[in-house]
Amino acid sequence: MSDDTPVLSPLDESGIAAAVDAALAAVEAARTLDELKSARLAHTGERSPLALANRGIGALAPADKGTAGKLLGAARGRVQQALAARQTVLEAERDARVLVEETLDVTLPSDRHPRGARHPLETLQERVADIFVSMGWEIAEGPELESEWFNFDALNFGVDHPARQMQDTFFVEGEPGKEAGLVLRTHTSPVQARTLLERDLPVYIACPGKVFRTDELDATHTPVFHQIEGLAVDKGLTMANLKGTLDHFARAIFGPEARTRLRPAFFPFTEPSAEMDLWFPQKKGGAGWIEWGGCGMVNPNVLRACGVDPEVYSGFAFGMGIERTLMLRHGIADMHDMVEGDVRFSTQFQAVI
Amino acid sequence: MPRIPLTWLAEHVSTPDGLTAEQLAADLVRVGLEEEAIHAAAVSGPLVVGEVVERTPEPQKNGKTINWCRVDVGPDHNEPGGMPRGIVCGAHNFDVGDRVVVALPGAVLPGPFPIASRKTYGHVSDGMICSARELGLGEDHDGIIVLASIGIDAPVGTDARELLGLGEEVLEINVTPDRGYCFSMRGVAREYAHSTGATFTDPALPVPTDAPAAGFTVEIDDQAPIHGVVGADRFVARVVRGVRATDPSPTWMQRRLQQAGMRAINLAVDATNYVMLDLGQPLHAYDLARVAEPIVVRRAKPGETLRTLDDVVRTLDPEDLLVTDSPAARGERIIGLAGVMGGGDSEVGPTTTDVLVEAARWDPITVARTARRHKLPTEAAKRYERGVDPQLARVAVDRVVALLTEHGGGEADEAVTDLDTTTSPEAITLDVDLPARLVGVPYTADEVRETLTAIGCTVTGEDPLTVVPPSWRPDLTVGVDLVEEVARLRGYDAIPSILPSAPAGRGLTEAQRSRRSVARALAESGLVEVLSYPFVGLDQVDALGLAPDDDRRHAVRLLNPLSDAQPFMRTNLLVTLLDTARRNVNRGESDLALFEIGLVTRPVPGAPSAPRLPGGVRPSDEDLAAIAAAVPPQPRRVAGVLTGLREPAGWWGSGRRVDHTDAIAAARLVAGVVGVPVVVTADHDHAPWHPGRCARLETLDGVLVGHAGELHPNVVAAHGLPTRAAAFEVDLDVLLAAAPDEPLQASELSTFPIAKEDVALVVASDVPAHDVLEAVRIGADASEAGAVLEDLRLFDVYTGEQVGEGNRSLAFSLRLRAGDRTLTAAETAAVREAVVAEASRRFGATLRA
Repeated sequence: MSDDTPVLSPLDESGIAAAVDAALAAVEAARTLDELKSARLAHTGERSPLALANRGIGALAPADKGTAGKLLGAARGRVQQALAARQTVLEAERDARVLVEETLDVTLPSDRHPRGARHPLETLQERVADIFVSMGWEIAEGPELESEWFNFDALNFGVDHPARQMQDTFFVEGEPGKEAGLVLRTHTSPVQARTLLERDLPVYIACPGKVFRTDELDATHTPVFHQIEGLAVDKGLTMANLKGTLDHFARAIFGPEARTRLRPAFFPFTEPSAEMDLWFPQKKGGAGWIEWGGCGMVNPNVLRACGVDPEVYSGFAFGMGIERTLMLRHGIADMHDMVEGDVRFSTQFQAVI
Repeated sequence: MPRIPLTWLAEHVSTPDGLTAEQLAADLVRVGLEEEAIHAAAVSGPLVVGEVVERTPEPQKNGKTINWCRVDVGPDHNEPGGMPRGIVCGAHNFDVGDRVVVALPGAVLPGPFPIASRKTYGHVSDGMICSARELGLGEDHDGIIVLASIGIDAPVGTDARELLGLGEEVLEINVTPDRGYCFSMRGVAREYAHSTGATFTDPALPVPTDAPAAGFTVEIDDQAPIHGVVGADRFVARVVRGVRATDPSPTWMQRRLQQAGMRAINLAVDATNYVMLDLGQPLHAYDLARVAEPIVVRRAKPGETLRTLDDVVRTLDPEDLLVTDSPAARGERIIGLAGVMGGGDSEVGPTTTDVLVEAARWDPITVARTARRHKLPTEAAKRYERGVDPQLARVAVDRVVALLTEHGGGEADEAVTDLDTTTSPEAITLDVDLPARLVGVPYTADEVRETLTAIGCTVTGEDPLTVVPPSWRPDLTVGVDLVEEVARLRGYDAIPSILPSAPAGRGLTEAQRSRRSVARALAESGLVEVLSYPFVGLDQVDALGLAPDDDRRHAVRLLNPLSDAQPFMRTNLLVTLLDTARRNVNRGESDLALFEIGLVTRPVPGAPSAPRLPGGVRPSDEDLAAIAAAVPPQPRRVAGVLTGLREPAGWWGSGRRVDHTDAIAAARLVAGVVGVPVVVTADHDHAPWHPGRCARLETLDGVLVGHAGELHPNVVAAHGLPTRAAAFEVDLDVLLAAAPDEPLQASELSTFPIAKEDVALVVASDVPAHDVLEAVRIGADASEAGAVLEDLRLFDVYTGEQVGEGNRSLAFSLRLRAGDRTLTAAETAAVREAVVAEASRRFGATLRA
């Protein structure tokens, strides 16, 4: 637009309409934000016909000012509106283009901060503990290096009882010339005795923890392993309650179809005693029975040793190996992987188990 | 554990035709006898009796002479046309006309050792003439079995598998310590009857003891009974004269012994073993000529020794109970360890003509201790320590005597020695509803009575019942023992499943919850949890670089460690965790971040022994305190080892190597999760850490929490770890004890604007950053603006020319905010000045230009 373009009269209705049309065409024709900027300058800038016409209003007769003002206001408004609309469209187009241009390969590795992992024996113990806590039971713990009294005598293993020899016990060396009277606990049962001595009745506790037997490490044995034991002492408890607890526990760990079966057995601390078999569908080689743990009604001698009157209270106890449970549940064939501390084993269990 | 040949069992109880070992195992497990193993038939395929018809010795170049034989194995097995088989045999203890055992091609002998035709020494050997060892019948391999020499007369072609009992499956069962009577066919047959309802015929009903009592003189002279129980309460002895005691025992007996896992030796020994396996009563046969009257049963004197049958000279303990005889002085010569093993001198031998058969009932505890002391878990000891039926001794002796005279000729003396001080089992009073009350099955009074009668009890009375257990059940002493019998025989399957409702609980304890959070936090921050065995050796302790007087060297030692190289219990976690790290590095994982939570054992020097207390009674509070004092403290620790890269290299650039801050951060994380503020200072002397890169963590009260930092280069090298490895070990129990026991009270959040101030202070390089940080905090809080320091971070450390030699600049970023107003520029400036003033006062710090 050159300076010699005749200035549009603010009252020239058709001239103004033509200028608006020209402006709208220019806006519509703008393909980029830069083109739109040029169009804005040309049609709304200080030297644009509509601006010049607007400036001419001041020179008009007062009676015409109102008419011209309305005319030009509407005209400029239409142009501004079109500009704004086109601006929005073009900005959106630009933004979309920029996002496309910013595309990266999201399949590149993203493991800058690898997660660690819990050991599944620990998380399984926690899971088991949670099952018992959900039934109102509490979790009790005790020392791993234990007195012989708590590990054996309190549990009705007399000094000469053959069962005391069955346990493959690690004994502790005493001061010179003395017997320490200490062992590495062979089961978590001493925690039961400690708990009965410490707590008020009734008692419903589960005791997870490490236990020790003098077995060399092989595919199915380890000298250090974990057990979870349960103990309930209350008025009127029966073996049926034991069975009910075991069935519930089995279902909670191995799914709704799991169930248990009891077989007569012998343990010094329970009478009657039972071995417990577990039936579960995921068993390797097909659903079936497998030995899971031992259990029974607490022997009155154990109750007496813990200051509980067996004429008033009865109780049941059970225990099973955590390693064995983990092996059964997760198809682990060899004990070595669980105990050698290879990070590749734990790392498999990063998810909740 | 006992092995049960099915055909033997069937002599005492009716078993169905075609009973398999598998089915028998299923029947027995219901009443509590668990399967240990099913032993397959020892030999499969053709094994037959053959007669040697030709024997041609052929000397070989290697100096050996082999025999090229023709053996008639019967029309079914000879070569086509009836020609006896050609077999090469290296043994020489046979001749033409002898009947032998021949394994034909297709047979599989124990090993497994398959037999096939093969070319050897220029012949085709079409089978094998077998020795006892090759058939798994014993260790004897000096020659082949000549059937006549072991008392077998069978026609040519007879199936030798059946003849020698090599074709039968045998069930081995596991007998629990309370069921000693199941160490016999008699006991297992009884249990089989309980399980299946089959008819049981007791092979050991007591015999009337009307024989004249003047047998071989035996005296029980126990001057030191254990627990007041005399070492023997029954001793039966009887003499058989003119017996061929060392003849082979009859084939059927040998076969059964072999099936039961025992070796056949001679008639006298085999007969005593056979009756022991059958009835459960251990017996002994002496050469009468080598036993001088009287036999005296007494305890050992200090220093006495005995050469036992296994040819070991044993030094005896005064608790050992002995069978002695009296060649000159009374009881001067030891002829056996009672209930455990005989001595060699009085053994039946080739010159034996007269045999003294002994069956006694020894005190179980005496036998158990002796067997344990001398590591002799013999068949006899196994039975005695579990308790032998006191009624059996006489029956068993008579059975052995009958077997000896039947198969070895001779005649038994009329007189029988029978010292009997056994008492009948004590009656048990049983509330008739106790079984129902404890088991949860509504057994009727009749069911209880019938069941107890079925297992051999005498039951009288209505309620309570008076129950006298049978002589073979010493394990039945109290009511609950009988409850188990009722539950067991009525079937555990009948017990319903009823979940009890416990009273409402309190959930996990704070400590339990905190420990879980610690483990989870470490795992989420990239550490992998592992578990290690707590056993350590001196070399591991030395590898930590502990000083000779470091109290972590004071460890509990095991009497019977799995490995003599690792007899100690760990006193810290790193000692075993570093080994775990080494194992991972060796397996190719050098970028490690491991942690372990576990107990360590910290014995107290001079701690008392734990008192020996009886079971069945509650110890006094003093006794319980004595136990508590003897059990060493076992604090729970958490430790970690970090090696290699802490953040991996990748397309984003190179990774970040582990340094001391990673270990310190992990230790701080642990304390933070538990909610315990810790003070960190440098510790220049604490193995296994680098003396210049080790942090000591304490609670605000100054209690040691643990250490963290870079490991000493020697420790890193000793464990083969990548250089600059870092580690931490923190006492969780200390942290848990210091944890706040009140719920945290939250601060109100101010919504007034934040003011940020950066301050760089120049201080001497040896001033710890932690101290400067503290000075900044205290200075800020002391300013006239009040306690407006919301957050404080050290964001830069600079050394160089600008700050001068021996100095460094520490730059802090302060976030200031008041709870009640917008801070003015004057106020923030005042904070800044107060910070500089405090640092200057403490360390001569200056504001960095």
